[in-house]
Amino acid sequence: MKLLFSCEKVIKRNIDQGAIMKLNKILKNAFLIVVACVALSACATSKKSGQMQGDVYTGTDTVEYLASGVPDRVFFATNESVLTTASRETLRKQAAWLRKNSNITIVLEGHADERGTREYNLALGERRANAAKDYLMTYGISSDRISVLSYGKERPVDSGSNPLAWSKNRRSVTVKAN
Amino acid sequence: MLRILIICFVILLPNKLLALIEVDITRGNLNPLPIAVSPLSIDENSRKNFEKILNKKDIGSEIAKVVENNLKTSGLFNPLNKDAFLQAPEIANLKPRFEDWNLIKAQALITGKVNFVEEKLRVEFRLWDVLAGKEMMALAFTTVPNNWRRVGHIITDKVYERLTGEKGYFDTRIIYVAEEGPKTRRIKKLAIMDQDGANNKFLTLGNELVLTPRFNPTSQMVTYLSYFKNLPRVYLLDIETGMQEVVGDFPGMTFAPRFSPDGKKIIMSFAKDGNSDIYTMDLENRIVEKITNHPSIDTSPSYSPNGKYICFNSDRSGYQQIYIMKSDGTGVKRISFGKGLYGTPVWSPRGDLIAFTKLHKGKFYIGVMRTDGSGERLLTENFYQEAPSWSPNGRVLIFYRETETDDKGEGFSAKLWSIDLTGYNERLVNTPTDASDPSWSSLLSN
Repeated sequence: MKLLFSCEKVIKRNIDQGAIMKLNKILKNAFLIVVACVALSACATSKKSGQMQGDVYTGTDTVEYLASGVPDRVFFATNESVLTTASRETLRKQAAWLRKNSNITIVLEGHADERGTREYNLALGERRANAAKDYLMTYGISSDRISVLSYGKERPVDSGSNPLAWSKNRRSVTVKAN
Repeated sequence: MLRILIICFVILLPNKLLALIEVDITRGNLNPLPIAVSPLSIDENSRKNFEKILNKKDIGSEIAKVVENNLKTSGLFNPLNKDAFLQAPEIANLKPRFEDWNLIKAQALITGKVNFVEEKLRVEFRLWDVLAGKEMMALAFTTVPNNWRRVGHIITDKVYERLTGEKGYFDTRIIYVAEEGPKTRRIKKLAIMDQDGANNKFLTLGNELVLTPRFNPTSQMVTYLSYFKNLPRVYLLDIETGMQEVVGDFPGMTFAPRFSPDGKKIIMSFAKDGNSDIYTMDLENRIVEKITNHPSIDTSPSYSPNGKYICFNSDRSGYQQIYIMKSDGTGVKRISFGKGLYGTPVWSPRGDLIAFTKLHKGKFYIGVMRTDGSGERLLTENFYQEAPSWSPNGRVLIFYRETETDDKGEGFSAKLWSIDLTGYNERLVNTPTDASDPSWSSLLSN
């Protein structure tokens, strides 16, 4: 508002051709600034409520840590058990931590969101936890140290009925067993 | 508990040819049959005896109420208001004045009499065709007084069968999962109740998560999934004795159990290394057989009533769809080809239909299709609903429905609902707590 107001003042003071050219430039700049502001605020809102890439959760609200810098969980897309790049990074950190602490055994708890039938989701949770298990094993963690437990959709962390809540619930959580 | 004796004898054989009234159950409940259920008459001495034993002032009216409520919830009958009845119960039972019942537009009339005989409850009832002015049926039952509600259910079954030509489903029970507490820490218990919601009883304490109980069609056994000691396994429970045991010795999660139609096998899924396949276990010789062998999720198996086929859901095509196969696992064939995901197939006790849950464009449906996948009909649409279970006569489905929560995650509920095969007569089934995973028993008396 302030900017537009000052533009008007400029019009009144400069009436020659050159001044009008100048005015056009100022108006154009003002427009660009407005566009930039809108774009910035849009970025801010998407960062606040988004926390998802595709429909995979990328936030940290629900994440706990097994040790400093070692997140305890990975997230999945709807109906999927494929590990994302971020999930693989998390699991490599877990594997490194497990190699350092060779006495620790773990349970991988697989979960699904509430948008699927109960029995299928039990199987899907098991499949997700096993995807995490397989990855840990390729990084040298013995299967003797890993057990798998599926909760299907029985233990959501977020009770919301919205895509963000569902994305937090589609997860495999690594839990210390001893 | 169920070892009760119901002696039933026919007083007079009805002549089907003379009956004028008939209830059409193939269409909806657009014109429910007006029926008058007269309170069962009772003599003063019997009334006092039952009041002492059962703590019910007038057991004759109580039994009539059970019948009336059953008929009403079936959606096929319209029980008329008792205030309009002109004839006293005891006289109506001897010989109704049909003009009086015709006047209030009743097409059928139920009358009866209750007696206290040698510490037992004797109930006799008659079904009358008001328009034809004829008796259609007359029966008497003798049982222990505590079974009075079951007498009401059996009367309803007899009336339903006489007027529709199909077996009833009222002398039955529902086993389900009772739910309490916040969604993130839900406490679940096995519970059982009569089909009309009476006599609710919890069977487990809620110490461990329990899911998907299913009745054995031939006995008082139930199979279900329990997370006892954090090991999700299929269990077998005898409702009468409370005895339970793990089914089989599997090195991992077993789930989605159901009985075979003869009650001698359990069919279920076993998950290993991210792959779920279908197995059976013979309850007599304990032999385990692997039925499917595919690196996809195969679950929710259900036998055809003749035991020759199995329907199940699998994501072998990439998405959850319904398949059928022979009971030995050969001849696998996909039958669901509509848009969306399909799950929880359950074979109808009549053999001709498969009920299912469908997810399409963010909505959940309960539907039915023929066993070759043709003739798909969606009966009800909602935010979330699944797991249909058939009434033993294959006319009604019971399932559970969950509500959407608000932005704060509040407002969640899970309830049992029933709906007619026609898509009409959708009803909330009352339970003392939230409820899910219902399974309908067979008829208790046959």
